[in-house]
Amino acid sequence: MRTLMKGNEAIGEAAVRAGCRCFFGYPITPQNEIPEYLSGRLPEAGGVFLQAESEIAAINMVFGAAGAGARVMTSSSGPGISLKQEGISFLAGAELPCVIVNIMRGGPGLGSIQPGQADYFQATRGGGHGDYRTIVLAPCSVQEMVDFTYWAFELADRYRSPVLVLADGVLGQLMEPVTLPPELKPDNGNKPWATTGCRGRKRNVIKSLYLNPEELEAHNKKLQEKFGLMQREVNRAEKYRVEDAETVLVAFGISARISMAAVEAVREEGIKAGLLRPITLWPFPEGILQSSLPKAKKVLVVEMSAGQMVEDVKLTVSGKLPVYFYGRTGGLLPSAEEIQTQIKLLEVKVSERSLCQA
Amino acid sequence: MNAVFARPRAMTEQKTHYCPGCTHGIIHRMVAEVIDELGIREDTVGVAPVGCAVFLYNYLDIDMQESAHGRAPAVATGIKRVLPDRIVFTYQGDGDLASIGTAEIIHAAARGENITTVFVNNAIYGMTGGQMAPTTLPGQFTSTSKAGRNTQSAGFPIRVSEMLATLEGATYISRVSVHNPAHVIRAKKALLKAFTVQKQGLGFSMVEVLSTCPTNWGLKPTEALAWLEEKMIPYYPLDEVKNRLEV
Amino acid sequence: MAKTGWVIFAEEQCKGCELCINACPKKLIFLTERLNQSGYPVVGATETDKCTGCAMCYLMCPDLAIKVERWTVP
Ligand SMILES: Cc1ncc(C[n+]2csc(CCOP(=O)(O)OP(=O)(O)O)c2C)c(N)n1
Ligand code: SF4
Ligand code: SF4
Repeated sequence: MRTLMKGNEAIGEAAVRAGCRCFFGYPITPQNEIPEYLSGRLPEAGGVFLQAESEIAAINMVFGAAGAGARVMTSSSGPGISLKQEGISFLAGAELPCVIVNIMRGGPGLGSIQPGQADYFQATRGGGHGDYRTIVLAPCSVQEMVDFTYWAFELADRYRSPVLVLADGVLGQLMEPVTLPPELKPDNGNKPWATTGCRGRKRNVIKSLYLNPEELEAHNKKLQEKFGLMQREVNRAEKYRVEDAETVLVAFGISARISMAAVEAVREEGIKAGLLRPITLWPFPEGILQSSLPKAKKVLVVEMSAGQMVEDVKLTVSGKLPVYFYGRTGGLLPSAEEIQTQIKLLEVKVSERSLCQA
Repeated sequence: MNAVFARPRAMTEQKTHYCPGCTHGIIHRMVAEVIDELGIREDTVGVAPVGCAVFLYNYLDIDMQESAHGRAPAVATGIKRVLPDRIVFTYQGDGDLASIGTAEIIHAAARGENITTVFVNNAIYGMTGGQMAPTTLPGQFTSTSKAGRNTQSAGFPIRVSEMLATLEGATYISRVSVHNPAHVIRAKKALLKAFTVQKQGLGFSMVEVLSTCPTNWGLKPTEALAWLEEKMIPYYPLDEVKNRLEV
Repeated sequence: MAKTGWVIFAEEQCKGCELCINACPKKLIFLTERLNQSGYPVVGATETDKCTGCAMCYLMCPDLAIKVERWTVP
């Protein structure tokens, strides 16, 4: 059965269906519908909804709840996500599973409440201090907001790691029909490491402090091995008409939806364009991107930022093809027309270049 | 034999890393004794701070989490909301609780969060080497107030217990000291009450324990006890600051 | 009813802080010249027959280096 839902609310419902019975958050636009929805839904389902005094408190409540073995989530945007970074580093260091949703807005600073994608670096590079990464999932529809939130809980538990769902203000407000997944029991699962009181077993300690350098290095090695495993096991991207594409666009989230429309439009005019839409932003789907360029002559990255994912694309393409960038900031969306113009401009650029080379 | 005074069950065998004469050790032991007396060792989850007491999880033989600096009350809230029938407590220094973590402790108390906080006030930042704390006394010498705390520029020390006592959600708040055996006995009674308040589901409880930091105060351990009595107690009066339900 | 006690020091735990010395109402505890493996001077007790098992030293020891046993003798 399909239900019409707003992106942010869909995330809330998907979390409950994934067996999450614990949410801690602090209001910030454009993600308020998530806590608002859960403030009703969670108590109804016998769960905990708590509006914390700040994002710092919220992420540390997530830490405590995750350490106690619960499936737990928090959500925020821009400044709030920045405040959570110390906590996310602690969660990664202590290997605690949780889901963190960032409905991105414009930055830096207070920026705007309009949509943005400029938290890509923060999300994909760990965001806080120390050597760590978190899995980052980028939906581009309300259905994917549901599916990826659900999936995020599974990944978080599988790797004992925080997982980020990175969407933006447009997706958060979008109303679309969705199919909701089956409801899982709020099973706090097989977590023998959780601190639940040491009845009948040795005590558990959850910590990230290792003052002995050898011990900390060993801990870091173990974490790196886990991140390596994630890189091998969690890679997802969507290919759209890339088989014969000479211009391959790379875009995620809402930018990808607009880019797809642009690809269709220029195809009408005989330009062979395609799109690769990374779904896991970290691990970055390098292999899938490489296999999306069989006929590519150039790559165009489209983002709602001054250019962040473009760096990962350049690293992946590693100089074999020219990589161009088009972005809008300030809360503005790139329009399909603008992107078409960019694609056409590149046609000219490349032919000029081949002239010069001739 | 009628009585034995020895290592409580809730403590591990591990030697502590504390400086000689640091009264953190006395407070650890009292917490462990209270856990034993209430029979809650296997039902308790403790939250360690960032500060000299960060290694509390090495010394208490119970489930424990280590929290970010100042955030122990938030971490404890997360645990307690998931496991409402467990006993959850935080152990925090004065830098941790009264400076960086002020918001977290105030709101945990305001929510009437059913947790217990052991607040160790030694009027200084111990772990980082003796800098001024929000609880440092006027005129007290620290490594960042070398001429003595100047209230003109650094303001006045915070009396956390009195401040939190104004909150409806706070059920039991007491300030005690460990500068002599009689006060250790009183401190232990206060801790027992605080944990009992939680066990009975009555809301937020906190015991502020005046404690020494001989190393950073630059005093011998015995002199530090005397300094605590002479200097700290006049500013931080010992009292059952709040006992809303007369437990 | 008189009370009698017995105090035992776990020397390896002791840090020589002297808090117990101060606390003992009978002044039975003193700092010895022995160093433990951590390099701290450790305490000992004299005239232990005078110990009443009041456990004041136990209460003040931050390092659980003291065990006190107490008997009530009729
Ligand atoms: C975010 C953050 N800021 C600063 C520190 C450094 N730091 C560690 S302990 C500490 C102060 C501890 O003092 P207090 O809470 O009074 O405890 P004590 O060591 O005196 O027992 C500070 C500032 C830190 N670990 N994290
Ligand atoms: S620095 Fe101070 S508070 Fe820390 S262990 Fe030493 S005496 Fe205790
Ligand atoms: S109080 Fe404890 S650590 Fe200090 S000197 Fe006495 S026995 Fe040793």
